[in-house]
Amino acid sequence: MDTAINLWPLIGVAVIIVGFLLRFNPMLVVAVTAIVTALAANFPLDKVLAELGNGFIKTRSLPLIILLPLTVVGLLERHGLRQHAQSWIANIKSATAGRLLIVYLFVREITAALGLTSLGGHPQMVRPLIAPMTEGAAESRYGALSDKIRYKLRAYSAATDNVGLFFGEDVFVAFGAIVLMSTFLHEAGIDVEPIHIAMWGMPTAVSAFIIHAYRLHRLDAALDKELAEQLIAQNKKIAADRSAT
Amino acid sequence: MIISINYLYYLVGAILAVTSLMTLADKDHPKRYSSAFFWGLYAVVFLVGERLPPELVGVVVIVMALLAGFGGVGIGKHRPPSEKDSKASAERLRHKLFIPALSIPLVTVIGTVLMKNVKIGDAFLLDPKNITLVSLGLGCIIALALSCWLTRDTPMQGMRESRRLTDALGWAVVLPQMLGMLGLVFSDAGVGKAVAHLTTAYINMDMRLVAVVVYVLGMALFTIIMGNGFAAFPVMTGGVGVPILMGLHHGNPAVIAAIGMFSGYCGTLMTPMAANFNIVPAALLELPDKNAVIKVQVPTAAALLVVNIFLLYFLMLK
Repeated sequence: MDTAINLWPLIGVAVIIVGFLLRFNPMLVVAVTAIVTALAANFPLDKVLAELGNGFIKTRSLPLIILLPLTVVGLLERHGLRQHAQSWIANIKSATAGRLLIVYLFVREITAALGLTSLGGHPQMVRPLIAPMTEGAAESRYGALSDKIRYKLRAYSAATDNVGLFFGEDVFVAFGAIVLMSTFLHEAGIDVEPIHIAMWGMPTAVSAFIIHAYRLHRLDAALDKELAEQLIAQNKKIAADRSAT
Repeated sequence: MIISINYLYYLVGAILAVTSLMTLADKDHPKRYSSAFFWGLYAVVFLVGERLPPELVGVVVIVMALLAGFGGVGIGKHRPPSEKDSKASAERLRHKLFIPALSIPLVTVIGTVLMKNVKIGDAFLLDPKNITLVSLGLGCIIALALSCWLTRDTPMQGMRESRRLTDALGWAVVLPQMLGMLGLVFSDAGVGKAVAHLTTAYINMDMRLVAVVVYVLGMALFTIIMGNGFAAFPVMTGGVGVPILMGLHHGNPAVIAAIGMFSGYCGTLMTPMAANFNIVPAALLELPDKNAVIKVQVPTAAALLVVNIFLLYFLMLK
């Protein structure tokens, strides 16, 4: 068994880790890694190029989901979609950044579990709607936000979309991953009903919701602490300025 | 089938070609020619990629990586919408602005769920293998028509906005595809087998807890390297799941598979290799730190991995 396995392609793993750690441009790191890995597997040069080319053609569907919505998102942004989403959420007094994201996490995970994975996504939902609404909710509570807080809220919005999608979709029985798992096990001589795999995903799916929702709840507390102090300090300063004059 | 995914490739190719030509026509662009060349090459990949010899596409990939890697892809001169105009427009259009925005997901869902088996004659109306993407494409076209009607703007303005956002994203748009390509190269070169060999050859997994920890963390680690849980699953389940957890410890296969895949997803949350989920959103949301999304996700993923170890340890018993 040992003789059959070529360990040299593992150099590729080392190249990519070192490349990312040294913060070289990721496009370059990936291209170099692909070439090094293919050479380490003893592929001749023309096959190395063909590997890269074939792989790149086969994965053309990946950027569709980013590129296709951009015209619509850009046009609507030009006409004030973000501003409207922000001012609309500011009218809802009970909305906080954390609560809003908990609701989004819940909806995203449940709809994904029902197979409706496309009811979210970064280009079409997070950038035009969810992130501005989260910022708007925090702004109406604490006043103008620093860039640091703004970036943090956006990162949380993107992360919430991911967590909701990932741990929801795998509970849906017709999802590709379930098919992949049952096919793989079937080929290994083990027959499992897809519905059982989906069912046994639920404990983890529920745990994911609880953990992430708890972190979003903590986000509200952290914002309260950081920004309320700032607000008090500001008010004090204003009061002090007044009494000084 | 009547509407196949190839039409979407042509559509994206056309959008990228227009982006490239607009860049070429942009006299104030700091990197006018190299950026136009980059987007032009990418357009070619979508328009005629499957008809080119793969070796040539390989050369295109390397040239694009070099252009991106040495700062050849820049941001052009745009007239971004002024805050004042957007605000005025927002007050005028109000909730109507949500209609086109929500029509993208709505049409995608309708297409995916209701139009799945619609046939005209013998042919499927929508490409059944790529039903979600094809529906998304239709959703975007319908949403563009709705946006133009609502805002009285032209599709050409839509193209300008698309170029503005594509410029802001830069080469990050291409990164997911580069990583997808790398994943295929890794699997052809046998990286998966080598990693599975290392993990199974040097760790004694007679104890159930050790085996569970190796499987759960192995799925996560492997996904961090490959950027994709689907690539990790066959390797780790073939190497540890089937022979050790199911064979030696008689675990329930459904539990092992389900929790194993979810452990891989925890890895996806922690890796820049999953660019579509982690790096592209950071670029889309204009975050200065490209790893900001990953940093927010790591605590959730790490806590969930610990939970997974316990869940698998107790639930796998039949």
